[in-house]
Formats: sequence, structure tokens, C-alpha cells
Amino acid sequence: MEYFLELSSSGLVRGSIYALIALGYTMVYGIIQLINFAHGEIYMIGAFVALIVSGVLTIYGFSGVSILILAALIAAIYAAAYGYTLEKIAYRPLRNAPRLSPLISAIGMSLFLQNYVLLAQTPDFLRFPALIPDFEFMEPIAHIMGSAELVILVTSAISMVGLTVLIKYTRIGKAMRATQQDMVMARLVGVNVDNVISVTFIIGSVLAAIGGVLVGSYIGQINFYIGFMAGVKAFTAAVLGGIGNVPGAVLGALVLGLTEAYAAGYISSAYEDVFAFGVLVLILILRPSGLLGKAVKQKV
Amino acid sequence: MRKTVLKKLILVALLSMVVPATGFAADTIKVGVAGPHTGDLAPYGIPTKEAAEMVAAQVNAAGGVLGMQVEVMPMDDQCKPEIATNAATKLVSQGVDVVIGHVCSGATKAALGIYKEANIIAVSPSATNPPLTQSGDYPNFYRTIAPDDDQGKLAAEFATNKLGAKKIAILHDKGDYGKGFADFSKHFVEAGGKAEVVLFEGVTPGAMDYSAVIQKVRREGADAVIFGGYHPEASKLIGQMNKKRMKIPFIGPDGVKGDGFLEIAGKDAEGVYATGPMDVSSLPVNQKAKADYIEKYGKEPGTFFDQGYAAMQVILKAIEASGGTEYAGLEKALKGNFVDTAVGRIKFDAKGDAEGVGFSVFQVQDGKFVELK
Repeated sequence: MEYFLELSSSGLVRGSIYALIALGYTMVYGIIQLINFAHGEIYMIGAFVALIVSGVLTIYGFSGVSILILAALIAAIYAAAYGYTLEKIAYRPLRNAPRLSPLISAIGMSLFLQNYVLLAQTPDFLRFPALIPDFEFMEPIAHIMGSAELVILVTSAISMVGLTVLIKYTRIGKAMRATQQDMVMARLVGVNVDNVISVTFIIGSVLAAIGGVLVGSYIGQINFYIGFMAGVKAFTAAVLGGIGNVPGAVLGALVLGLTEAYAAGYISSAYEDVFAFGVLVLILILRPSGLLGKAVKQKV
Repeated sequence: MRKTVLKKLILVALLSMVVPATGFAADTIKVGVAGPHTGDLAPYGIPTKEAAEMVAAQVNAAGGVLGMQVEVMPMDDQCKPEIATNAATKLVSQGVDVVIGHVCSGATKAALGIYKEANIIAVSPSATNPPLTQSGDYPNFYRTIAPDDDQGKLAAEFATNKLGAKKIAILHDKGDYGKGFADFSKHFVEAGGKAEVVLFEGVTPGAMDYSAVIQKVRREGADAVIFGGYHPEASKLIGQMNKKRMKIPFIGPDGVKGDGFLEIAGKDAEGVYATGPMDVSSLPVNQKAKADYIEKYGKEPGTFFDQGYAAMQVILKAIEASGGTEYAGLEKALKGNFVDTAVGRIKFDAKGDAEGVGFSVFQVQDGKFVELK
């Protein structure tokens, strides 16, 4: 039983990181039907910015938690700027082009950002300081769930609740939903669609950057390539939950994280990816539109 | 392809009728040095050639061995087995007394049969493939470098004998290097009979975290972890083991023993064990060889220089001790007498592997790898 709990905790932590990234994929897809392959790179850039900021703040004598919060804040701002710029230079000029063109543009941006960080920073792995302190009260169950894992779960939960509130109860959220339903109609009733799309990219990037900071601090190392695998997994999670559907992305990410953890724990960690993608195949066969996705009617 | 080899063989056969005549005029000791001297792998072969030439020059200046001068005969094999057989045939036909080489394991294996038939001893500075000695097929083969499985053997013996582990978890990164080390470790833990392997599993490099597999290590009740792979995965594993409050010894291969690991793992690195090549840089013989090389060539010696230097040293010492170049006498001297060489004080065991060469266990103490004696 304890072993099951340990694996579940590991799976939930993974799942919530995947969810933070998957939300960006699914929101962008929901609005402009684009798979933003450069999204994983935003997550990686968030982690790098946080590393640099925490290095600087450590020199100035800040302590653990304050560094974590400030680093996350600055990483989020930076990532938001990257996400905004990305959309502006790589996707907006292709808004009315065939759907394949922005897709290729996205892959190009992903490669560009990876190699940019490789050249500007380093191809080696870098040590990421453990910004999340060890809490006393977690010590008795540290072997099941440590402080870092608790912080990851709580932060992800807060971010997701915040996102839900934003989409459901604010003006911009309403505009986002309107744009998602019908871009032309939204424009006709006075929604500034370009702004809405920019905001969507910014929100997605902020969530990814938070994920990057949390993961860096949790596993203690980053390099320019971490965005690729995380991006693929998060994209899988988004598809699993039904791409375009926000609660679906979270559900898909948790299912994926738990599947990986149970597969590694009960079967073999050498094959965890096989099971993760196997579940994806299975669900796409049984429910082609994903767990919570609705079948899209073809407009004629 | 086959045709060109055939042509070369015919050529060699023709040549061989002409050349041996010089072989009988010997008041020199002929040492063939075979390895890649051209091509993309030349950096692995040329240092051995240079080392052999340096040793020969020194010995000759001091009057030679048993009053005879030492002649180095380089032969290029480009690390290719088919060229290596040619090179070996050529050397045999030129009447070499002993051979230093070859360098690559594949080329060495191809050439050894030819030397065996001609009763010529070959000492390789670099062929690490375990079966070359262990199969018993090549009694004429010796090497001054430790075989590939030595590291796994050392890790296994260290875990069971020194650390007293009874249940060992072996993890690897699924790559050739990491899994190879893990396989050998598993083999030697099981062969040792003092401990059992409770978990043998691959982890995915680049995966977000390894907490699930770490929980598995705990559930199996392992009291030591042997990991085959490189430092990024090793530091991720050791970091998460500490996070999960698991305090059991962690042993890695030489892919872990480096500054990269110390940097990334930081405080978590403390107490971690890693195997790695023995530190020979403090030996006087080694220091002298290096200094001579730098004086002559104006740069640091390349790969396998130490091993090549040592190979030449042991072979000349054996000739001196046995009073000639007879196979049986050389064999007895190589296996019987310790010689101070550039890789340490060595002699050869029954199979032809050097005793006194190889790997040590290091431990991170105060942020540095310290060799455990």
C-alpha cells in the first residue's frame, strides 16, 4: 500500500508538471488550431532565466523562498515576452496561410530556440539550486512525498484554479472563449482577436515557465534540451485529454504521469515511455477525440 | 573487395619470398609496432609508435639489449581487420621477434592468429575486448591495459567485499557503455556468490524524474546501487535518492568520475563511489616518460602513450631476462617477473592480462574524488 502511495505521489508530481505545459498547448490549439511545437522551449527558457536570476540573487544575499518567488516571477515575465514575440514573428504573419505553414514555422522556432540557448549558454548540464526548502512537518513522510513535491502539487493546483477563474469569470476569458468558438464572429462583435491570441500565448508561457522553475528546483539540473522531451510528453497529455479542452489537458497529464509511474514501479522503468505512448494509442483508438474532447463537426 | 584482398595477399606472398633473407642476418632485435598510423583512428596508434621508438632509442643509446640494437618496425593497420591480417603477415615475413599491438580490438583479433602460428608474442597497449585473453584462444597475447570487464568486476567486488552489500540494485541508462558496465557488474556480483542482484533495470535518459525507480530500489530492500551510465543521470538519481531519504551507497563507472558530476550533483555527490583508471601520474617512470616526450615533441603525449611505453618496457625486459627472443623464455619472463613501467609495477597473469594495471575505486570526499587504497 505504501509502495502504491509512493508511486502515486511520483506520478502526480510528474503529471502536474506535464499539465502546466500541456495547458499552453491546448489553449493555443483551441484558439488558432496550431500545435505550438516551440512551447517546450519556453519551458526550458523559463528554467534558464530562473537559474540566472537565482544566481544573481544569491550573490546579493537573498534566502531560499524569496529567491524561489522572485526567480519564478522574473522567469514568468521573460517567458511571457518570449511567447508573445514568438507568436508575433513566427505565427501571426502566417495566420491565413495553409495549416502546414505555421506548423513548420513552429518546428523551426523550436530548433532555433534550442540552439540559441545552446550557443548563448552551454551544451552541458547545469546545476540548478534546490530553491524549495525542506519543511519540518514533511519530514515523517519525506520518503513518500517531500517538500519539493508538495510545493509542485500546490503551485500547479493554484495555477490551474487561477486559470479556470480567468477563463470563466473575466472579460478576457470571455473573449478567449468567444474567439475559440468562432474567430470571425468574435471579431464582428468587437473582440480584438489579435490581442486575445497574444494573451493566450502569454498565459501559456507563464504556466510553462512556472513548470520549468519547479522542475529545475526539484531535480537539480537543466540543459538546453529538457524542453524537447517535456514538450513531447505534454503534447501527448493534451491530445490524451482532448486537444483544445482545458480540463482535458489537466486530466490527460495526470493520467499520463500516473501511467508512467505505475509502469516504472510495477513493470519496468526501461519501458515507461512505451506504456505512456501505448496508453495514448489505446485512448485514441477508443475515443479519437481524447478523454474530454468533443467530436468536431466538419463545417461545410 | 575480396578481390583486392586476394591481390594484396598474392603480393605479400611474393614479397615474403624475398624478404626473410634479411631475418637471418639479425644482430638486431626486431620489434614490430602495428596499429593505425594513418586514417581517422591514427591518433590512437601514433602515440604507441612514438613511445616504442623513444624506449628503443634510450635502450640503444645505453648499449642495447643483450648487446643487440633494438629496431622498431612500424606497420599500419588503420584499425581495419582485413588490413591488420596483411600487416601481420608482412611483419612475420620480415622476421620480427615480437610485436607491440595491435591497437583496436577487432584488428588485434584478426592479426593474433597469424602471430600465433609464427610463435610470435604480441603485447597490445589498448585492445580491451575481454575475450582476447579470457577465451584462451591466443596464448601469445598480452596487454598492458585492463580489459573492459575489469571495471564491472571491481564495482561488484567493492560492493560485496568492502561495503558488505547483500542485496544490490543495478541500474543503467540503456546505452552501450552504461549497459555494458551494468552487465559485467551483474555477472560478477552473481559469480561472487556473496550478494544477489535484486533489481536490474534501465532508466530513460532525459526522463523528468527517477522517483518511481528509486521507490522500486527501496521496495526491493537493496543495500547498494550500482549505476552504469554518465554523470547527468547519476546526479539526478543520487539527488532524488537523497530527497527520498535513501542512504545507501551509490557506485558509478568512470563516466561518473569527473568534474561534471561534482558540479551538477553538488552536495549530493558527497560519499558517492566511482571506479576509474588508476592514477599513475605520480609514478617516477611515468613522469620521466612524459617529460622526455614533451622535450622531444613539444606537446603532451596522446592516447595510449603510457600503455605503449609500458608494452615496450616489459617486452625488452623479458628479452633481457630470458636471454633471447625464444617464445617459451619470453612467456616465462612476462608471467614471472614484475617490471616497473609507465603504468605501474606489472606482470602478467596466466591469461595475459596485466596484474597491477587497471581501475581503482574513488570516493567523493569534501567535493573531490579521492582514490581509495
